[in-house]
Amino acid sequence: MSLGLLSLIVLGLAGLGFFVGRSRALAVVGGDGRKLHSLPSYHGQSVALFAALPAFFVFGVWLFVQPILIEGSISATIPDSVIPEGGALSLVMADVRRIADGLDALVQAGSLTEASIAQLSTGNTDIRAMLAAGGVALGSDVPQAVLVAATEYRTLSGAGRLAMTGLVLVLAVLGLVLSLRRITPELRARNISEAFVKALLIGASLVAILTTVGIVFSLMFETINFFKMYPAKDFFFSTVWNPQFRGGSDLGILPLLWGTLYVSFVALLFAVPLGLMIAIYLSEYAGPKLRGLAKPAIEVLAGIPTIVYGLFALVTVGPLLRDYLAQPLGLGTSSSSVLTAGLVMGIMLIPFVSSLSDDIINAVPQAMRDGSYGLGATRSETIRQVVLPAALPGVVGAILLAASRAIGETMIVVMGAGAAAKLGLNPFEAMTTVTVKIVSQLTGDTEFASPETLVAFALGLTLFVFTLGLNVIALIIVRKYREQYE
Amino acid sequence: MYDAPTNNAEINVDQNEIKISARNVQVYYGDSHAIKDVNVDIAPRTVTAFIGPSGCGKSTFLRCLNRMNDTIDVCRVEGSIQLDGEDIYDKRVDPVQLRARVGMVFQKPNPFPKSIYDNVAYGPRIHGMARNKAELDEIVETALRRGAIWNEVKDRLHAPGTGLSGGQQQRLCIARAIATQPEVLLMDEPCSALDPIATAQVEELIDDLRTNYSVVIVTHSMQQAARVSQKTAFFHLGNLVEFDDTSRIFTQPQDPRTESYITGRIG
Repeated sequence: MSLGLLSLIVLGLAGLGFFVGRSRALAVVGGDGRKLHSLPSYHGQSVALFAALPAFFVFGVWLFVQPILIEGSISATIPDSVIPEGGALSLVMADVRRIADGLDALVQAGSLTEASIAQLSTGNTDIRAMLAAGGVALGSDVPQAVLVAATEYRTLSGAGRLAMTGLVLVLAVLGLVLSLRRITPELRARNISEAFVKALLIGASLVAILTTVGIVFSLMFETINFFKMYPAKDFFFSTVWNPQFRGGSDLGILPLLWGTLYVSFVALLFAVPLGLMIAIYLSEYAGPKLRGLAKPAIEVLAGIPTIVYGLFALVTVGPLLRDYLAQPLGLGTSSSSVLTAGLVMGIMLIPFVSSLSDDIINAVPQAMRDGSYGLGATRSETIRQVVLPAALPGVVGAILLAASRAIGETMIVVMGAGAAAKLGLNPFEAMTTVTVKIVSQLTGDTEFASPETLVAFALGLTLFVFTLGLNVIALIIVRKYREQYE
Repeated sequence: MYDAPTNNAEINVDQNEIKISARNVQVYYGDSHAIKDVNVDIAPRTVTAFIGPSGCGKSTFLRCLNRMNDTIDVCRVEGSIQLDGEDIYDKRVDPVQLRARVGMVFQKPNPFPKSIYDNVAYGPRIHGMARNKAELDEIVETALRRGAIWNEVKDRLHAPGTGLSGGQQQRLCIARAIATQPEVLLMDEPCSALDPIATAQVEELIDDLRTNYSVVIVTHSMQQAARVSQKTAFFHLGNLVEFDDTSRIFTQPQDPRTESYITGRIG
């Protein structure tokens, strides 16, 4: 029975439970709903929940645990002799799974029967050719031991699947029947459904938090693997970035970090003053009509995909800067440069700075402005000396958020700044950033086994720590600012 | 409409001069007519109280006197308001300059998020009133002394003004308004956010200020009006009902509405 069908059956039982539960609740009190503690539909909901939740829980856990257990027992049976030199057990296990899947596909297509699978052996059949006919391509011929493991894998999975289907169905029916029998006028079905809503909301929040934790851990494990192969001291302090896929590469993060910070700095240098001036104009000078038009128009900038910004950098800004600034000044001949990427990224960041700062400036109490106007201050004096200082912590928070966005940006840098890892000061030179190098180290068909690919995780983790730190600082500042007026 | 029952003869005899004179003032907020045909004369070195129920227009009228209503887009003022015989709504008058001459203290204490010193020095700095640091120090000290708060803050002039108690904040705001040396001080319910002790301190201060300034105070408390003011104007539904010496308003009100209000029957 397929997983989809099983889920549908459980859902169907739950749906049935809802209607039966609802009518049973009414029947229990002889049709007088006022005698029930909870509305009939709450009774229906609680029956549906008891039918579906335990079943789905077991379903999910089983799906997660079964492959781990089966792989554990199968991989123990695989002899070392079939593991190719330089390869790993995990590669052999991948083959085992693919062969098992292939056999399944062939059985479904009707070209194999269960009985004939039991008699398969590498001696009498070309397994590779047979599977290729079924649409599963294998890298090499199949050793007997792997074939045995694959058939064993199939049998175990099949048995496990059957047991799971049975258990899930039994649980669903059991939940349905028991909760139906439990219905009395006093049953607090409403509180049950309330508890469920609460659990659902907690679960939703947990997904977000656990994802973050998961990201950190996945990065961390690979980073630890990387540092086992490559000394951390060289990674953090070497000034040379020169990966060689044959080994012996220099993987110093400093040139990349420098490029990241340089490009982000140029971007902020551009975005912060412009964004702030826009925010001040919108919140203090513009009339409500203009503001209603201009604010969304500026926010459109935030909605442009960064790859489109990248194209703009590549096709327009880069050549323009090269032809009219870099070449006449004799500073460079490349259209990819720190300045190109920085300018375009700055444009992208304008709405972040302006929109957030605008909200923050608006949150400064009118009483502050009145106080200043009442003393005979002009508008710009009021803004410079009262409104901006009051809004400053919030504005700093906005800028830091923009900065972490700039540090994590990839596409604009790939297309605008080039790919040369360099430690330099000339803004008309091509440089590159951490994000670009993560992409280039992982692009292509690679196994995560060499320091040249694993370095991507170390880079990613460093970047993550960087932006996380910035975000935390930004949040602390913004929170502190909030306390001031509440 | 009602003729404001001002006792012009008495003012002329007693003080012989008028600081602010408002004639036929109308204020509109968009379509609503907030102030109807108000005539008031504010005498120098006098505390004038505006009383009346909520929404009667007394704060609106107060804000006309230093053109604070200019900052509200939909607000429109008609009629004439003269400060020392000069129309303050004349095109040649710069509202920014006007507000330096007619200071304002607001209902809620609103110290800037700066130090106590910088709060008071704010006005003198933007108007270039001090040539050097020593002069500025002196202006700040004088203002804080006049504001009756010097003794409480002299040791922590560089602490943030927002860290003071509510009553201290309000006196700081009064000191801040005094520091620009205005001729008239407008106070919009300056004690409504304060406890009775702080209120008493501020009231005492208002009484002292009378020696140098003309003070106009909007208040909800009739006791306060009776305690601090020499002249009282009663507003009702946008009209100025009665304007007279405080003692007369509270003992022999001419208009039945005034009597109803001060005896607590309306409002």
